[in-house]
Amino acid sequence: MAGENITEPRGATKWLLRANASFVYIFFYIPILVLIVFSFSDNRNVGVWGGFTLDWYRDFAESDNTREALWNSVQIGLVATVISVVLGTASALALERFKFRGRAVFDALLYLPIIIPDVTMAVMMLLFFSEAAELFGFSKGFATITLSHIAFSISFVSVVVRARLGGMNDRLEEAAMDLYATRWQAFRYVTLPLIMPGILGGGLLALTLSLDDVVITQFVTGPGWTTLPVYVFGLIRKGVTPLINAVSVVMLVASTILVVLSLIAQRIRGGDTV
Amino acid sequence: MGGPSVTAAVELSGVTKRFGDVVAVDNIDLAIADGEFFAMLGPSGCGKTTTLRMIAGLEFPTEGSLQIFGDEMGTLPPNRRPVNTVFQNYALFPHMSVRENVSFGLRMQGMSKSETASRTSTLIELVQLGGMEKRKPDQLSGGQQQRVALARALVNEPKVLLLDEPLGALDLKLRQEMQDELKTLQRELGVSFVFVTHDQEEALTMSDRIAVMHEGRLLQVGSAEEIYERPSNRFVADFIGQTNLIDGTVADRDTIVLANGSKVAATTGHVAGTSVAMSLRPEAMHIGRPEDIPATHATSSLTGTVTEVNYLGVALVYRIAVDWIELEVRAPTVSEVDRLKPGETASVWWARETAQVVAD
Ligand SMILES: Nc1ncnc2c1ncn2[C@@H]1O[C@H](COP(=O)(O)OP(=O)(O)OP(=O)(O)O)[C@@H](O)[C@H]1O
Ligand SMILES: [Mg+2]
Repeated sequence: MAGENITEPRGATKWLLRANASFVYIFFYIPILVLIVFSFSDNRNVGVWGGFTLDWYRDFAESDNTREALWNSVQIGLVATVISVVLGTASALALERFKFRGRAVFDALLYLPIIIPDVTMAVMMLLFFSEAAELFGFSKGFATITLSHIAFSISFVSVVVRARLGGMNDRLEEAAMDLYATRWQAFRYVTLPLIMPGILGGGLLALTLSLDDVVITQFVTGPGWTTLPVYVFGLIRKGVTPLINAVSVVMLVASTILVVLSLIAQRIRGGDTV
Repeated sequence: MGGPSVTAAVELSGVTKRFGDVVAVDNIDLAIADGEFFAMLGPSGCGKTTTLRMIAGLEFPTEGSLQIFGDEMGTLPPNRRPVNTVFQNYALFPHMSVRENVSFGLRMQGMSKSETASRTSTLIELVQLGGMEKRKPDQLSGGQQQRVALARALVNEPKVLLLDEPLGALDLKLRQEMQDELKTLQRELGVSFVFVTHDQEEALTMSDRIAVMHEGRLLQVGSAEEIYERPSNRFVADFIGQTNLIDGTVADRDTIVLANGSKVAATTGHVAGTSVAMSLRPEAMHIGRPEDIPATHATSSLTGTVTEVNYLGVALVYRIAVDWIELEVRAPTVSEVDRLKPGETASVWWARETAQVVAD
């Protein structure tokens, strides 16, 4: 065979590795498959097949509650993404390009939201906003959710953009300036196009995180600002119907598309030209 | 140096560059003439790149003055200096095609579209990259990337072109081809080239003048011959070409006492008592048996034992142990019967003026 080489496992090892891989895939994807299958089942009880139907999807599309939750999610997601992309990119540039006092500390702190548990973050945010509410007359809702999402998304954007900046040759901006570009032009025509895949990837990641978040949102949400995942979580407590399956499938598909786009964006070579 | 009293293309006076505690460039005075092919040569870390970057405006001197065609540069940014750079490893813009790379400088200067297009095409032809305009840098060979870098700088018609080890990444054959091309291009354009290299052969064959740097200081500036034949100090003698450095002390105007007490004649140029080294090029010495030493060369000869003979085709390389040192001598090939063999006693002698006396 053409593909055989010295590092390729043989015999029993090969067989075991294959079995393991299959097992992992089954373990991951069977539940997803079950979820999808029963979202098309014409029976209120999940797990009992009642014939094919699209009713649950129609319920989803026609229910005011789900539509409002979806619209909330989208609004919050878009605003949070745009702001966290700008701030995350700026902090990535600051960390890669400038040496300033406290850089190491700033660097470490930026990773914190990635590391600490969601619940901790949620409690922090809740406490912060209840203080802020007293001070500034803040009401819980759109602003608090969006701010919380920005708070954790910045870190992710920053990490992705920095990876891109780190791989960039510092001489390129110097070459641009040697070729009569101003600092701004060097950034605009050389650096920005080269880190654009990182910015796009980071943005899509931020959008995915915002659309999927339950824990933090649930702590800081206010009246009228239920997001889709939070709504689903609420529905489950009233009993599981295939409507939940349908909503979940829609969210699954949307997240998958966003993550795939994010990965593609990070892989492309970068940049349109002047 | 000196020359006619025209304004130098680049002039550095008392230029020093410090990075924290590191003195990268130490009080350099240097004038590069218009239209000159000027090489800066020295071992790694001696400050060549830093000097070039200061001329380009990518670093600013800590002390001293830097002028380009008589204009004080001060802290003028690179985009406002009439010089362009061919970077080490080229620094081509990876997201732009060959054409976009080459036209970048003109577009940044706001030149009209038609002028930009025609000048870009001319330069692409000049460096023989016709037909590759649409390719991205990573679809080019090393030599082709090098040409793009050259075209990208030259399209702006700089008054001075700075090149930082432009051939360092190329293999030997391509390197030699590019050396010829660069030299021809420089002669045709009449632009000053400031060429950084740590390859001395490259510097010797290509340049009008060479500056030898060591630990941030400028040790000697001169033509290839001057530097090779009249090195100003021990480091230059040792660094340029191969040589035998024989330690000794100046006795008087034309005598040196070597470490083993023997006296040799040489134009010393230093006061008595100075410890110096006598530099003898391997090819500047004659070799024979002790009885072959011409009477006139009695005080410019040494005798020892052959330890090794290597056959190099056109030449024979002998290693000869003389008391405390080993000399390398390169002589024309002679038939095997006439050759000195390891273990035999051998003498070397030289024309007095070929022995260069250098201090530390
Ligand atoms: N930005 C910097 N910060 C601190 N030290 C520096 C910086 N740039 C250069 N140096 C130091 O200055 C000295 C001269 O460096 P330079 O790059 O000019 O050497 P070079 O002659 O070009 O060497 P090479 O042949 O290896 O390219 C070195 O000791 C280097 O470590
Ligand atoms: Mg260098």
